[in-house]
Amino acid sequence: MFESPIREPLILGHKTYNQITTDLVSPILGRTSWKWYVTTAITALAMFAGFAAIAYTIWVGIGTWGLNKTVGWAFDITNFVFWIGIGHAGTLISAILLLFRQRWRMAINRAAEAMTIFAVICAGLFPIIHMGRPWLLFWFLPIPNTHGSLWVNFNSPLLWDVFAISTYFTISLLFWYTGLIPDLAMVRDRARPGSFAHILYSILSFGWTGNAKQWQRFEAVSLVLAGLSTPLVLSVHSIVSFDFATSILPGWHTTIFPPYFVAGAIFSGFGMVLTLMIITREALDLKDYITLEHIDAMAKVTLATGMMVGFAYATEFFIAWYSGSYWERYIFLNRAFGPYWWSYWIMVSCNLLIPQVFWIKKLRRSPWFVFIISIFVNIGMWFERFVIIVTSLHRDFLTSSWRMYKPTWVEVTILIGSFGLFLTLYMLFARFFPVIAAAETKSILKTSGDQYAGLSWEAYQAQKRAGVFGSVLQPAHHPDNPSQP
Amino acid sequence: MAKYLIGLYTDEERLLAGIEALQKASIPIHEVCTPFPVHGLDQLLHLKKSRLPDAAFVYGALGTLTALSMQIYMYTIDWPINIGGKSFLPFPSFIPVTFELTVLFSGVLMFLSYLAVNRLYPGKRARIYDPRQTDDHMVVAIAAEPHWQKAQAVFEKTGASEIKIVEV
Repeated sequence: MFESPIREPLILGHKTYNQITTDLVSPILGRTSWKWYVTTAITALAMFAGFAAIAYTIWVGIGTWGLNKTVGWAFDITNFVFWIGIGHAGTLISAILLLFRQRWRMAINRAAEAMTIFAVICAGLFPIIHMGRPWLLFWFLPIPNTHGSLWVNFNSPLLWDVFAISTYFTISLLFWYTGLIPDLAMVRDRARPGSFAHILYSILSFGWTGNAKQWQRFEAVSLVLAGLSTPLVLSVHSIVSFDFATSILPGWHTTIFPPYFVAGAIFSGFGMVLTLMIITREALDLKDYITLEHIDAMAKVTLATGMMVGFAYATEFFIAWYSGSYWERYIFLNRAFGPYWWSYWIMVSCNLLIPQVFWIKKLRRSPWFVFIISIFVNIGMWFERFVIIVTSLHRDFLTSSWRMYKPTWVEVTILIGSFGLFLTLYMLFARFFPVIAAAETKSILKTSGDQYAGLSWEAYQAQKRAGVFGSVLQPAHHPDNPSQP
Repeated sequence: MAKYLIGLYTDEERLLAGIEALQKASIPIHEVCTPFPVHGLDQLLHLKKSRLPDAAFVYGALGTLTALSMQIYMYTIDWPINIGGKSFLPFPSFIPVTFELTVLFSGVLMFLSYLAVNRLYPGKRARIYDPRQTDDHMVVAIAAEPHWQKAQAVFEKTGASEIKIVEV
């Protein structure tokens, strides 16, 4: 019940428990705004355009893409790594920040975990369609087969990816849903008995009542899942980086790839969390929960991880020079000054230079400014993967096989479609699920609510004696819930 | 359907004081439901430590064993493939899949155990005493009818905002 006076409150607006419930449930049970329909219609349109392009790719073949003999991986794997990276912030926020007892995570962890799940769905699309014959996907599974039971190659990082990403998706989904069950029960009990919403949320909330034993198990399970997710999130992007790092291609076979990719993933993930949360707090009027303090904290993480990524760029260049390898040096000079110089400098400016503005506190606390920077981060991190993949490939060992790569409309439409899929899923989530972990937020109200935080122990006790925190004499009656049997 | 006397609290400190007073008066508490995890409640009710984390360890170990035996069987015993003269038992290569399956088994089986021990499943009818117990009220339910009168006095004294008899 006591928080150091230097800590800023995490929940503003002098909220009570009931107000937290009302603020989170009313967008779900209330009327849908026309803005939601318009936005969802646009994102769904993009999604279906992407599906059409995927169908065209599968029907005609990956010859519809701009790939050639030299550049065999380009847009598809760029998008794959990009989306996997986006997915990392959710687990980082909910798992690593939970283990570090960072309370500010509670306002954003639910939405960030949802983003993780949706981003992994988008990411999972690309390896499947880039195979050209997606119906042979099951060749990746270690199952008895008709090829004399010839098994999958456990030496291959591409196979490790299959295990890593499916595990990551499953565990993220379970972690997310574990936290959702009590909050869905909260929505269930606010819905009119017998209404469609009541039936729906009754099914989804699994009969949760919130008794003491359930909460005790809930906390035990959350902590273990957080402990499991922490190494998992680090392993997933490390394994994705092995796809490149275990090859023999200059520009790819770099030992710093695993930590470099993880830092980049956290960076891009926070970029996307900022983009979506700044819109969400405006659209759903959650400014008391996702405060400037939260945006400030996320901007700091973005700055720190952006500099880690920048440090990795510098290290790569130094090692390329220091290694004395002719090809290694050439690849890095070609990256920065070759035909794809523009993509390299977009990457450096968006990821390293532009986030430097976050040194200034005033700019970190200006939501619209942070929103614009977060868009740059998203662009920069997409280009990072493009740079790594395409510039390392396009000038092969033999000069005669040097080729340029240019995406076709099919690839661009699939990329737009993946954004459409991601945003449509997010819109559905924001409409039908509580976007903030309500139970967890309630549990920190008395330490981080603005009417409690920053009080000295004596002042807190004095206020408590004076009955500031609710009086016994006033039985609470809520207009949304006049249910007395 | 059974009848319960319930006391509703709006403040977790009052709730804890109320439970303590009930225990002192040796009134058996049937159930305590709260809208969020209340710190110190499990110790006060003498709830045994959950064994789910131990189960998670066992499930994880099961995943490790499954992954290793699967890979060694497929790659080393059933169909060894000569890839550039590399080892038929490339142990370092087995680590990523082993790690992932350890996490997968541990997480999925623990989640299923969690649902099972809590008797939670899709479509289960929630036995709630008052809809506000998932909002901002903490419910203490007393099942034993002979204790109701004494319990009511304790609820009143410890600042319960509402006391009533409900059928669940």
